[in-house]
Amino acid sequence: MAILRIYHGRVIAPGEVTAEALVSHGGLNTLASFQKALQFGDKKATCGDQNNPDLYGREMAGKALCLPQTIGSTTGGLVLYCACAMHRQPACLLFSNPIDSLAAAGSVLASVWLDNVKMPVIDCLGEEFLQYVQTGMEIAVKPDGKVEVRPGSVIID
Amino acid sequence: MELTKEQQAILDGEKGETMAKVLETLIRYGEIFGAEKLVPVSSKYNHLVTSFGLKALGPVYDLMDQLIRAGAVSGQKFSVDPRPLDPRVPANLLQNLVFKKFMYSKQDFYENQLRQLGLMNEDAFSCACYLEEQGNRPAQGEILSWAESSAVVYANSVLGARCNRNSGIMDLMGSVAGYVPYFGLLTDEGRKATWVIRVNTTQKPEAQLLGSAIGMKVMEDVPYVIGLDRWLGNELDEAACAYLKDFGAATASNGAVGLYHIDGLTPEAKEQGTALITPDAREYIIDDAELQRVKDNYPLVWKDPDAKPKLCFVGCPHLSLQQLKDWTDRLEEGLRAAGRKKVCVPTVFTTAPGVKKAFEASDYGARLAAAGVILSCICPLMYMNNPLCAKMPVITCSNKLRTYTTARYYTEAEILTRITKGAD
Repeated sequence: MAILRIYHGRVIAPGEVTAEALVSHGGLNTLASFQKALQFGDKKATCGDQNNPDLYGREMAGKALCLPQTIGSTTGGLVLYCACAMHRQPACLLFSNPIDSLAAAGSVLASVWLDNVKMPVIDCLGEEFLQYVQTGMEIAVKPDGKVEVRPGSVIID
Repeated sequence: MELTKEQQAILDGEKGETMAKVLETLIRYGEIFGAEKLVPVSSKYNHLVTSFGLKALGPVYDLMDQLIRAGAVSGQKFSVDPRPLDPRVPANLLQNLVFKKFMYSKQDFYENQLRQLGLMNEDAFSCACYLEEQGNRPAQGEILSWAESSAVVYANSVLGARCNRNSGIMDLMGSVAGYVPYFGLLTDEGRKATWVIRVNTTQKPEAQLLGSAIGMKVMEDVPYVIGLDRWLGNELDEAACAYLKDFGAATASNGAVGLYHIDGLTPEAKEQGTALITPDAREYIIDDAELQRVKDNYPLVWKDPDAKPKLCFVGCPHLSLQQLKDWTDRLEEGLRAAGRKKVCVPTVFTTAPGVKKAFEASDYGARLAAAGVILSCICPLMYMNNPLCAKMPVITCSNKLRTYTTARYYTEAEILTRITKGAD
């Protein structure tokens, strides 16, 4: 029987949230993933990145997005900022690697310039985290950077 | 982070609440990466990535307004990425309606914001701002607050300037404050290569395919490429710079590369050689089969894989003057061989406004027009970013355009064949 696993990372943006995991094993191309959702009023932020088989066509808003890092266009941070301002952001961002400069910018911009936006961001969770967590598992993020992965709650779709 | 007295005063609100928030943004951004100080931006001009008045980016325009109202405008003039629209680029009635009335309805408003914030001039719209004709070409060692992934990787790698892969908005913040946090690609340590790439191909590799392969492999790490000078030579002449422009854009869009070193060619590789490589660097060998594997694995998202192309884009990132001339020569030759006078697929070449003027002032301008090619300063990526264009079978030799849109990638030689002969 699978058991609860706990990981510890570095807190980039603090917060507490429980959400369903959405896992990308490759880098998240922020522009390619969010652009359609932002442009055409998709409140569920369906991923439009054809190069990301893990995420393509999946809803990202409100999910615990687990990923190694973000990649691609330097509009990435701005796009993340807009997703937060429009309340279409993931519930949290959980990075296995150290956070990249674009995701960091998006997180900081949202934190400093927007009111009432919560998107906890944790990085440095390690490769084993990304190997273990699966889309559909329940994730609980604690303010101290603790991330609980609850495998018993896998949602099959 | 250790701040100077002047920086601390700004943070304490001496220049107003908005400027304090600008500095707080830069400090918090830097602290994530262990920056211990802010350093002055030393380039003459900045470059911003956000050029499009996309209705959906309302929060960005609100933030810009906040900066303008507070007088927190850029201390430097800046260039910016290409405009998203050009009436010369083919579009049907519905597309024109969607572009102007829905998607880019804020374009005029946003360009007015850019003027207030410090736009260099009305021709300062290009992703290749560093081309001689555009006039935003930093010197080796200068500290930048740029964004635009293809421009950042070029400035770092080919020009030897120092710039992190800043995000949109963060690029402006650094310019407004006049400081950027000191970390990553600004430091000597951050510019060391953690990958060695050995290019063992039997012919000169396609720039955008090689860049794609490396970007996908190393992601945001710094690669040191060995074996490419065999094909490019040891001088950064026009041909080498154009190749590296396209190569770098692919590394940055297919991965997240902000700096690469080319053995025997790029400035730091020439100065320091393999001393730039860290002891624990990983290795990636690229041969003909590997490039073919990468190309074969690109997803094809056209509904009808055999659809006849309705549009072809060449020039993402924007073409240099020499590239435009070379393409014109090759086109004429291809058309002659095919017994045609004009291209058989509607084709748009994209370039920077300053390059376009220089090109059209030469006899090449009329020759390209006679071949039926439209020359534009548009951003093909922004043109393609909507469901109407996404359904169009568009072909390109840009790996960046392939990455972000439904455009289908072909090598330059394949593109030439398709637009002059109509098929393989």
